[in-house]
Amino acid sequence: MGDGPSNEKGAQIMSLFEVLTIIVPSTLLTAAPLIFTSLGGVFTERSGVVNIGLEGLMGVGAFTAAVSTLGLEHAGLGDASPWIAILFAAIAGGIFALIHAVVSITFRADQTVSGVALNFLAAGLTIFLVKMIYEGKGQTPYITHNIDKINIPLLSKIPVIGPIFFQQVTYTSYLAIFVSILVWYIIFKTPFGLRLRSVGEHPAAADTLGINVIRMRYIGVVLSGVFGGIGGAVYLVTITSNYNVSTIAGQGFLALAALVFGKWHPIGAMGASLFFGFAQALSITSQQIPYLDRLPSVIMLTAPYVLTLIVLTGFVGRAEAPKADGVPYIKGQR
Amino acid sequence: MIKLVKKINWMTLLVPVISVILGLLCGAVIMLVIGYNPILAYQSIVESIFLQPYYTGETIRAMIPLVLAGLAVAFAFRTGLFNIGVEGQLMAGWLASVACAIVFGHLPRVILLPLSVLAGGAAGALWGYIPGLLKAKFKVHEVISTIMMNYIALYTTAYIIKNFLYTEGERTPTIPAAASLASPFLANLTQGSRLHWGFIVAIIAVVAMWFILWKTTKGYELRAVGFSPDASQYAGMNVSRNIILSLTISGIFAGLGGAMEGLGTYQYMTINSTFTGIGFNGIAVALLGLNTPIGVVLSGALFAGLQTGGLTMQSNAGVPVELIQIIIALIIFFVGSGYVIKWAMGRLTRKGHK
Repeated sequence: MGDGPSNEKGAQIMSLFEVLTIIVPSTLLTAAPLIFTSLGGVFTERSGVVNIGLEGLMGVGAFTAAVSTLGLEHAGLGDASPWIAILFAAIAGGIFALIHAVVSITFRADQTVSGVALNFLAAGLTIFLVKMIYEGKGQTPYITHNIDKINIPLLSKIPVIGPIFFQQVTYTSYLAIFVSILVWYIIFKTPFGLRLRSVGEHPAAADTLGINVIRMRYIGVVLSGVFGGIGGAVYLVTITSNYNVSTIAGQGFLALAALVFGKWHPIGAMGASLFFGFAQALSITSQQIPYLDRLPSVIMLTAPYVLTLIVLTGFVGRAEAPKADGVPYIKGQR
Repeated sequence: MIKLVKKINWMTLLVPVISVILGLLCGAVIMLVIGYNPILAYQSIVESIFLQPYYTGETIRAMIPLVLAGLAVAFAFRTGLFNIGVEGQLMAGWLASVACAIVFGHLPRVILLPLSVLAGGAAGALWGYIPGLLKAKFKVHEVISTIMMNYIALYTTAYIIKNFLYTEGERTPTIPAAASLASPFLANLTQGSRLHWGFIVAIIAVVAMWFILWKTTKGYELRAVGFSPDASQYAGMNVSRNIILSLTISGIFAGLGGAMEGLGTYQYMTINSTFTGIGFNGIAVALLGLNTPIGVVLSGALFAGLQTGGLTMQSNAGVPVELIQIIIALIIFFVGSGYVIKWAMGRLTRKGHK
């Protein structure tokens, strides 16, 4: 009986390790769509256009991914189907975002109003089309070729780190992290990024220097569509596998929160997305984890939103939006 | 001068009317392209709403929360604030009214019913007050904070129902009859629709918005802050307090909308995994109604009619009801692009003069 306590301690260490092997892959899985979509948000808001329509863009992406994966599977492309579908979703998202660009940049509609309408349109249009394509059914069939959770070769063999970070994960999660570093480079280290940011901070000054404000903002908005589309597609091919009314229920708004929580910075947005993914993973898996199972799940579910509000109040370092974010640019107006 | 004023009013009225026409036309084009009969579809909507008492009743029933949500958005708009949080305020109000009705179920009707309605308004007020406070004290943009508050409401109400007010069917128990707004008289009148006395609350709210904004000093201040916060500040108005007040009152309207659903339409609240959509529709209602009380009633009637009639359109013309949502989205796009419509109309009229 004397070795009781040490045994117990051993069990606890084991359980912590086990907990991590459950939570970390789950975090990476739920965070990937958020990372892509919030990066889209970075592009549009850095160019000075608020896009509340990220939710709708994810919906369009998820819908496109479902339909095209099913089509490609049928055409016999097998495991490549979901990957090609993600590309289609990126294109569809970009085209759909063009509506927001035309209405809010060229027609000078209120950007929030246009974004709200975009969400409406996406929700209505995708389900309408699903009913058209699948003979009145309100949801698509399930895709058979998902992007599966796998053990990454070599890396998953590393002791301790391997099972936590590289087993039962999807490639899309690591792609998302890689892309956010790429986006950081584009926005902060290239001439294009400088122009994009200048248009979002002080469009009149940028215009004086010969930067085409309207064009840069169009690019920003379309890129948000591309990334939002990818985000929605990744959500579909890794998590839900079919598209219906409730497939994208708040993921886009959560990505918007991640964008703000990450202070409009690509790496910040990625970090925030990972954190929100962590909160979601906890809310799902907390029942299996000692101590956490006593905490009400509502705390985990609302944590991302409450924390975003707290960050915005400035208690944890002030979050400043780009100066001209949400302000239409009218040439010659001061 | 008088002529000019008249012309401007006419022009502003023109934008929503043209937007609705364009929206419906686009809907018709979509139907034609896919191979439906748009005339049959629109005809079935109009016939059901105006000729079948059940659908008339359901339209008015659907109008009640829609108008209240529209008033909530419009009221905040008048102070220059965009309240996207109506959805969350509505849910908070819905739960509070139902919870109040159940907890104080032993009280007589004269006390219980008003108390439950007020509880709904108060919860909505609280859910509007928080973003107002955050905006006034910490300059947190209300669009972001109200979106966050929506999700907090969604998960919190679900949690409260699940743990404290749960009954079979993933919902709260049904409220006692003493707190109910439902009326067998109105239901009989409309061949069994769920029309309830809540429409009186909606009418009072419409009048209240008009009265507060245009007949009181406080309302003048609220509108002044909406026109120009800097000028209002300079004139000695307390901008921060007006922002908080505006979002709080806006929240009351939204909360009352939720109470109408809880005490009238459903008599309970279900555990929602997604939003009701009423709050987001309220944005459309307010925009199309040009943020005026009468406009909100008219556009509320239009959207409620489209949504209710959309169901008969689905059964009679075979058109999926989602088309209505597409049309509403297009109408918002057109109203939002009012600048272009005005510009185009200006072009046309100028050509006419030459």
